[in-house]
Amino acid sequence: MSFASHYSYWATIVLMIAGLYVVIARGNLVKKLIGLGIFQTSVYLLYVAPGKLIGGTAPIIAEGYRTYSNPLPHVLILTAIVVGVATLALGLALVVRIREAYDTIEEDEILRLDDEDGS
Amino acid sequence: MILDHLPALQVVLPLISAPVIVLVRRSRFAWLMAVAVSWVAAAIAVMLAIRVADAGVISYALGNWQPPWGIEYRVDPLSAFVLVLVAGTAAIVAPFSRISVVAELPREQEYLLYAMFCLCLAGLLGITITGDVFNLFVFLEISSLSTYVMVALGQKRQALAAAYRYLIMGTIAATFYVIGIGMLYLMTGTLNMADLSVRLADVTDVRPILAAFAFITVGIGLKLALFPLHQWLPNAYTFAPSAVTAFLGATATKVSIYVLLRFYFTVFGTTLLFRAMPTDQVLMLLSLLGAVTASLVAVFQKDIKRMFAYSSVGQVGYITLGISLANTSGLTAAVVHLLNHAVTKGAIFILIAGITLRTGGASGFDRLKGIGSRMPFTSFGIVIGGLSLIGVPGTAGFVSKWYLVLGAIQRGEWIVAAVVLASSLIAAAYVWKFVETAYLTKPDESSVKAGEAPLPMLAFAWFMVVLCVFLGLDTSLSVGGARAAADFLLGGLR
Repeated sequence: MSFASHYSYWATIVLMIAGLYVVIARGNLVKKLIGLGIFQTSVYLLYVAPGKLIGGTAPIIAEGYRTYSNPLPHVLILTAIVVGVATLALGLALVVRIREAYDTIEEDEILRLDDEDGS
Repeated sequence: MILDHLPALQVVLPLISAPVIVLVRRSRFAWLMAVAVSWVAAAIAVMLAIRVADAGVISYALGNWQPPWGIEYRVDPLSAFVLVLVAGTAAIVAPFSRISVVAELPREQEYLLYAMFCLCLAGLLGITITGDVFNLFVFLEISSLSTYVMVALGQKRQALAAAYRYLIMGTIAATFYVIGIGMLYLMTGTLNMADLSVRLADVTDVRPILAAFAFITVGIGLKLALFPLHQWLPNAYTFAPSAVTAFLGATATKVSIYVLLRFYFTVFGTTLLFRAMPTDQVLMLLSLLGAVTASLVAVFQKDIKRMFAYSSVGQVGYITLGISLANTSGLTAAVVHLLNHAVTKGAIFILIAGITLRTGGASGFDRLKGIGSRMPFTSFGIVIGGLSLIGVPGTAGFVSKWYLVLGAIQRGEWIVAAVVLASSLIAAAYVWKFVETAYLTKPDESSVKAGEAPLPMLAFAWFMVVLCVFLGLDTSLSVGGARAAADFLLGGLR
């Protein structure tokens, strides 16, 4: 188990932690969504990379091809990408509405305004 | 035969009704459609439950692709129990919801709320019925996304902030879950739950499985509001439209608990991963902390919706405590409290919906002084629900606590039993707060002037209140179902 043969895992972990950090550390609602996007994307890599075999082709039975890549992770991630897009779209729509209602997209400001409302 | 396709219809009917509602765009049609769909779904759930009780586990190959390659829908005693719970709650909430929705939402948004309600129902039922872990993720996101929209439709602007926060937390939770099942897939090459449990037993390199287990536990723990991952819940419940709070309060966290049970006992069970890590001790500690802390926080809330939202976090603690005991009594307590708490909180939140209807959206205690004389039936219903939350004998809550304490004593955990009883006293403190406001304080200028909530709303709420007392007196059906489910789960552990 050398570093080089598992570089896709290292890339996944770096992206995962970077994304999660952005979600937690940033107060700007749009930046939080960007972090969330990075976090979700890292999972796509986690699934897709191990599905690929070096020298493997698409799983169609034909003369002269013996090794095939696993198509299932790709199909799963296609679904996950759709889910990710829907989440991002809804999140951005909420940010637009929050901007209209609060006139800011900074989390600290929103919390302060909520406290003034006496919720 | 259409009866053979009941498992698919259970999910597909609510799912297709949502786009139909959006296309028609008529508020009244949307409501009728939601009522019809939720009643049909409840009927299907009951039929499935009867068939499972008669003939055992139903396995349905979706699109006739045989498991473990295709997606399998699987109805066993536990999922049948939860299906009836979710569809039944929807069938009770949908009819009365119109009164509350008309009062709280702009007219052009009403049909959207019902579309989201149907989608959420489809998602929750799908989570419960599916036997495929990735399919479960898709349904989890369907129900979550529609829930975020429903929360955001609340009247106050805080609803938007609450929905956004829920979206961030919920998506992190779902992504943790996907990471977990991704690892399981890498190690076993399968996504079918039954197949996973068989293949996991053969895996020799256990560390990735333990990591997957941790990711799934944290992800689902976020979704079910396990202390200290409950931060999203109070605001979401407080600012969502009242009808939505009633539906979510009774179902959303319950379905996540079902997922946890499924993974702990069906998927991981046979490989005894439950014992490879101190999961039970960690879960037990968090559950007790949650039950005590959330109840304490509830005592100091100034808003009745928020108070009962915190109480929900505490009650979830009891359920996860039952899971952590991992014996028959503990699991019976967990499963039966799924039902008992859903009925109790459903009744309370419907009655609160009646109150907010009369106050014009306000739910602070300062506006509710002397409400006991203005709205006698509503207030008395909340008091009975409160007694059930405390666990007074003769109410549903007592049955759950009885089995919980029994399970703790069987394991020799005397401290746990004592803490459960102590946290019941704290529950008595916050329920007393309502009693004091409603009955012992004189109304002043800011109090509610109007009378009782509309009759249909009261009728459905009181149906649940009576059910709450009934489940406390006659336990044959609820505990019987829960015990069957608990035995089934522990059967997988051996």
